[in-house]
Amino acid sequence: MINKIVSTLVAAVADIRDGATIMIGGFGTAGMPSELVDALIEQGGRDLVIVSNNAGNGEIGLAALLKAKRVRKIICSFPRQSDSYVFDALYRAGEIELELVPQGNLAERIRAAGAGIGAFYTPTGYGTMLAEGKETREIDGRHYVLEYPIHADFALIKAERGDRWGNLVYRKAARNFGPIMATAAKCTVAQVNEVVELGGLDPEAIVTPGIFVHRVVAAPGARIKAVA
Amino acid sequence: MKRLTHDQMAARVARDIPEGAYVNLGIGLPTLVGNHLPKDREIVLHSENGILGVGPTPAPGYEDPELINASKEKVTLVRGGAFFHHADAFAMMRSGHLDFCVLGAFQVSAAGDLANWHTGAPGAIPAVGGAMDLAIGAKRVFVMMEHLTKNGESKIVERCTYPLTGVECVDRIYTDLAVIDVTPDGLSVLETVDGLSVEELQRLTGVPLQRAPMLRVG
Repeated sequence: MINKIVSTLVAAVADIRDGATIMIGGFGTAGMPSELVDALIEQGGRDLVIVSNNAGNGEIGLAALLKAKRVRKIICSFPRQSDSYVFDALYRAGEIELELVPQGNLAERIRAAGAGIGAFYTPTGYGTMLAEGKETREIDGRHYVLEYPIHADFALIKAERGDRWGNLVYRKAARNFGPIMATAAKCTVAQVNEVVELGGLDPEAIVTPGIFVHRVVAAPGARIKAVA
Repeated sequence: MKRLTHDQMAARVARDIPEGAYVNLGIGLPTLVGNHLPKDREIVLHSENGILGVGPTPAPGYEDPELINASKEKVTLVRGGAFFHHADAFAMMRSGHLDFCVLGAFQVSAAGDLANWHTGAPGAIPAVGGAMDLAIGAKRVFVMMEHLTKNGESKIVERCTYPLTGVECVDRIYTDLAVIDVTPDGLSVLETVDGLSVEELQRLTGVPLQRAPMLRVG
């Protein structure tokens, strides 16, 4: 019997090794798997490379992981926010490496990894400092930059509901990076608000098929907590 | 001369968004355009975090932390709206399915280069988000900005001095003084505000301006 349900958040991240590359879903706090990140802080892994759109908000979730100095490098599109003071201080002190990637390139590099693509040409960033040193090519009169996929050891994502096969559905704009990160990691861990019986998700509406998901862990009330 | 207020600028941009258009409104000034879209037109707003059909700000008590726009403000979804993942959100942009985007800017060059993401100042933490994708990612790219900096310098320049967001990507510039098209032959003035002649606009602007055939002087 296939059963990807893991009983605790701590068990779901127990084997993350020092130096691992970890994708963390979310756009700001929407879709951020904060409970899994808390479990990762408890787990103690260090020298981590984090792939996430932002670099943490306030002192929760990813910001708390940064504050605990567990992250060597972050690959993201928009680190600077009104409440990103934890990242800002580390960056100014030279204590964290930043790879800044345009948001669509970040998404497509993750998607490419999950789709088995070796590299791709994209028009985004051509002629800017974020494309310096990269291969370019003119195709049908338009300029493109060669970009490589981003693979990860783990993806930590948040979904609304999941079953024991790892099928997932999301909620509203919290979907964001979840479906693509799920495809791009050797081990994808999804925290869900609700675990449902196999067959409990409409097959026409499953967004992430279970083949991409290795562990499902219930973190019920995560959404309600975010509202409060 | 009568400079346009931000709301007047937004209303002027909104007038040029046609029925049926798919539109992304960038962070800052462009978000105001949403308040001025004509009610009799069905226009679908795109947000790069995975929404088509972005609706207005929710009523107090109806905010949902999982329904936010690219500026991370709480929004609503209109009837017919849809959610999708980030790679799809940018695919529909990059591939030219998105009809318009409206962006703020620090500078626009005579060739339509855009600088709007980074001052390049020492100590500034760079953050690009979707700016570079949006700059090259719509059929038509509109810029909405003040014509002059606080020090009175033209934000329309021969060459951008700030780091670029995109190369030759801007189609039209809406300022508090004028509407200007970027054409292969240079910048072409479509409109000036009340009481502003093209000669006076030229005096304030850092690069040579031409008169569009349909020029409307205020």
